Amino acid sequence: MRHATLICVVCLLGLTALLACLNLFTPASSPVHVPIYIVSLAGKYLCFAILALSVDLIWGFAGILSLGHAAFFGLGGYAMGMYLMRQIGPRGMYGNPILPDFMVFLNWKELPWYWHGFDNPVFAVVMALAVPGVLALVFGWLAFRSRVSGVYLSIMTQALTYALALAFNRNDMGFGGYNGLTDFKEMFGFPLQADATRVGLLLATAIILALQLLVARYVVASRFGKVLIAVRDTESRTRFLGYRPEYYKLFVFVLSAIMAGIGGALYVPQVGIINPSEFAPANSIEAVIWVAVGGRGTLVGAILGAVLVNAGKTYFTSALPELWLFALGLLFILVTLLLPAGIMGLFRRRAAAPAEADEAGADEAAPQLTKQDA
Amino acid sequence: MNKPNRADTLLYLDNVSVSFDGFKALNALSLFVQKGEMRAVIGPNGAGKTTMMDVITGKTRPDEGVVMFGTDTDLTKLDEPAIASLGIGRKFQKPTVFEPHTVWDNLLLALAGDRRPRFTLWARETSEEEDRIAAILETTRLTDHRHRRAGDLSHGQKQWLEIGMLLAQEPQLLLVDEPVAGMTDAETAQTAELLRDINRTRSVVVVEHDMDFVRALDVRVTVLHEGSVLSEGTIDHVSADPRVVEVYLGR
Amino acid sequence: MRILRSLLLLAALLAALPVRAQAPDPFAGFAATGFDGIRRAIEDLAGSGNKQAEATIAALQAGRLATTADGGVFIKTDDGWRDARTGAAATPDNPRPVRLNNAVRAAAAAAMGNLTLFSADAGTRLRAAEAVLKSRDPAALPALTRAIAQEKDSSVRAAMDQARAAAVLAAPDTSEAERIVAVGILRGRGDLDARSILASLGTQPPAVAEAAATAVTAIDRQQQLWALGQGVFYGLSLGSVLLLAAAGLAITFGVMGVINMAHGEMVMLGAYTTFVVQEVIRAHAPGLFGASLIIAVPLAFLVSGLVGIAIERGMIRFLYGRPLETLLATWGLSLVLQQGVRTIFGPTNREVGTPAWMSGAVQWGGLTITINRLVIIVFAALVILALMAALRFTSLGLQMRAVTQNRRMAAAMGIRTPWIDAMTFGLGSGVAGMAGVALSQIDNVSPNLGQGYIIDSFLVVVFGGVGNLWGTVVSALTLGIVNKFLEPLAGAVLGKIVVLVLLILFIQRKPRGMFPLKGRAVEA
Repeated sequence: MRHATLICVVCLLGLTALLACLNLFTPASSPVHVPIYIVSLAGKYLCFAILALSVDLIWGFAGILSLGHAAFFGLGGYAMGMYLMRQIGPRGMYGNPILPDFMVFLNWKELPWYWHGFDNPVFAVVMALAVPGVLALVFGWLAFRSRVSGVYLSIMTQALTYALALAFNRNDMGFGGYNGLTDFKEMFGFPLQADATRVGLLLATAIILALQLLVARYVVASRFGKVLIAVRDTESRTRFLGYRPEYYKLFVFVLSAIMAGIGGALYVPQVGIINPSEFAPANSIEAVIWVAVGGRGTLVGAILGAVLVNAGKTYFTSALPELWLFALGLLFILVTLLLPAGIMGLFRRRAAAPAEADEAGADEAAPQLTKQDA
Repeated sequence: MNKPNRADTLLYLDNVSVSFDGFKALNALSLFVQKGEMRAVIGPNGAGKTTMMDVITGKTRPDEGVVMFGTDTDLTKLDEPAIASLGIGRKFQKPTVFEPHTVWDNLLLALAGDRRPRFTLWARETSEEEDRIAAILETTRLTDHRHRRAGDLSHGQKQWLEIGMLLAQEPQLLLVDEPVAGMTDAETAQTAELLRDINRTRSVVVVEHDMDFVRALDVRVTVLHEGSVLSEGTIDHVSADPRVVEVYLGR
Repeated sequence: MRILRSLLLLAALLAALPVRAQAPDPFAGFAATGFDGIRRAIEDLAGSGNKQAEATIAALQAGRLATTADGGVFIKTDDGWRDARTGAAATPDNPRPVRLNNAVRAAAAAAMGNLTLFSADAGTRLRAAEAVLKSRDPAALPALTRAIAQEKDSSVRAAMDQARAAAVLAAPDTSEAERIVAVGILRGRGDLDARSILASLGTQPPAVAEAAATAVTAIDRQQQLWALGQGVFYGLSLGSVLLLAAAGLAITFGVMGVINMAHGEMVMLGAYTTFVVQEVIRAHAPGLFGASLIIAVPLAFLVSGLVGIAIERGMIRFLYGRPLETLLATWGLSLVLQQGVRTIFGPTNREVGTPAWMSGAVQWGGLTITINRLVIIVFAALVILALMAALRFTSLGLQMRAVTQNRRMAAAMGIRTPWIDAMTFGLGSGVAGMAGVALSQIDNVSPNLGQGYIIDSFLVVVFGGVGNLWGTVVSALTLGIVNKFLEPLAGAVLGKIVVLVLLILFIQRKPRGMFPLKGRAVEA
């Protein structure tokens, strides 16, 4: 486990540094030159890897299958998008120094109160962490306190992201409606279109991903993490030992939401747009399959899965677009049926992977009235 | 049934009733356990043994009745973690250990101590903790297995590990549900010895089906039937009670 | 005495005939130069009972009426002139068109209304009465009084009474008692037209104004009741759609505990089955189109049911006891099914027709009831009843309940549990397919049809209490009605968000839904 983490961090930093050098220090004519779109693509994959890592932290180690994690990713993205929007200033189509274009278009006269402060980069970054964190805190507190778990929780998280998708699609919410936020110019004073900025963003994403991996690794390897795994497999037993599973789940859920929010905040400047489609329930479920492909409960596998599946998606959607959904669908089915431990499971047998048949008795492979605790 | 001296009473259940959809799982059950006592609870299936444990540990709220721990703690107001922290440990009928963790880690998690996330997040194993775990491993004869995954242990070893975890909690009262189910005769005898050992410092309530085991424990026995106490006394007393005979052997 | 009276009556009638014959020529007035004269001419003609009156005034309205210097009145038609008095073809000498201003036009319109009050067609008479109600023209009073006296159709007479009441209130010289009676009649009508007439009666004598104000309040209250009823109908309609979508899930998720994220696609398959059935009927037996939906229902049940059985045998049975994995695998399956349908039928919406008997609406008091919504409500009720009957009275239902309550015992009793699992899943999927037939009538039939319902369906089942079919019914209808009543307050999208948030909060308070199953079996 520790070796895998180290190998992953080294590979991550090494490969992105290599990509950066091959883009910046080789002439465009060179056969080893990496074009800028590859750099942006890699940055996007790493943001998805952050999302996958955050999903694995709660699914793999706390048994919380969130089907709404893209909501936290999206909220972080919107916080960053609002900052980038304010940075456009008078360079927008309507030239309004304060109001973003879509507000001028909607004939709004002044900035809504919740847009204030987003011209400040520090405030925006804090909000990119705080908004997902607070939402996760409120939602998680309500859910875990009343012992909503398993499939019920999954459906609730999906309803949450669905509600957000509906809300952000509304023009009068003040987040650009269906079109979202776009046409960004610069970030922290660096022009977003410049190659150097994009390479910088890729490197920043890689470093932050590596840090998040180390944090997640520390958490799951600590005594806290051992309790968490105990909660995942036999929640009621931990309660009779005197632990309060709701606090453990809540902490890791909030941590995971913040991690996802950071991923979203890094994603927006690299793809240049954020809109309500990020909240689509399908996105969150897709993130879960990245984790499943890589190997649930391995952290490193989540990163691997996110990069591999998205690389596959890039290939399919350009080469064989009508086959992509078939491929994705079959991936879901085959991985759950044939490769429950994911790619990482091929390297290692068992270790701390989740116990098989964690819900029902192994000898009773049959439908069950949804069980709470054993 | 003579009313006990409250000052010496560790567990006090009076007139406790629980019903599920009209089915009375417990029906005006009254039971007292003295400090330092070991009590065996027997009864046919559906007599309410597990429900009684659920009520004591806070898993199930009684519809009515008094459940007191010590002299002044009302258990019906507390939830499972609070009751566990008070010093009531529970071993389940089906051995329930943390299968992906090693035997060592299972005991580490059970050790009495701070249960809050802010502590466990930064906690390091202390040498004191290591000594305590080593001692429990010795008691439960699991020293050689300390690095194995708990999930890989045999059934009997899991039962012992769970008893070990109970010990690690350092409770005042242990509730043990069918500790010898599925054990060999030798293991059963060892378990009886272990429980008597534990009883030297703690109170124990054992729920059991195995009459030989109960006889081996040689303690006061309470017979439950249809949610209330049918008979109470020594094993010889209750087995001579015609009502008990009727319940166990049928008419 | 009686004979004398009869004789007197006869004499009076005989006397009347020559008077009528000697009456002044009603057409003469059209030659007048002033607009007032023309207006009077219209009123005279309309009141005369002359057969040519309707055609003449219609011509005037159309600007096709002309007069000549010698007092002739002519109607211009597409193929020449006709004498207005006789209707015979004629050749007028230097005709001058009769001029119109707004007063003349209004008089003509009112007169036409009065004339059509005597039409042979009941529908025309009803429309005429409604026209008078709207115009509130006191000039129509005499005509209305006569029309009411000879009206046989009770509903038309009621409309005429109401129109007369409106005219009475507008006339300058009616008595207070008469006006109060009129207010009463309009109050009885109780719709928005009556309300607007009553609300405009501020200048009436105080007693009348007071009666009118009371009537307005009463009408308002009644209108609110109708609006409430309408809201409940819309809510029931939405609720029955939710119920149809969730009913199958109540079996697969509620009873079996299987998380089938491809449930929406079972619905979608049902909708496409309907499309195929209609295509076949259009091509081979157009006469059967009216029955297409009825034919589609069992076929959709079969198609979705068989696909469901295939899914259970091929995939889900390997994942029993692992709900989260089931969720992911079935989600993947839903993607495959969507893309499969997209490949076969194309990505665009397919047209599913509505048979004639399902289109249109009926007015019931203040309620507008659209037939297709009504049919869906009835259909949902039938599906649920059939489902409950199947679970309760068939041997398959008995075995299903046995297996869900105690699998091992059921197996020991000789029930083939794997077969029951497959059948139960097939039943739930088949019900989803039948829902698809209904949804094809109100939603776009596209590969994404099912996705729109999956979250709602799960929430309905969870809200109602898992494993409880009645709970699902109550939950679907409640959610439908709450949604519809929130819509006017908050707008459709915000209303839905509010419902979602309320549901999330509710389920966190009561994780087992409104009607949880109790007992040791669940606790265990």
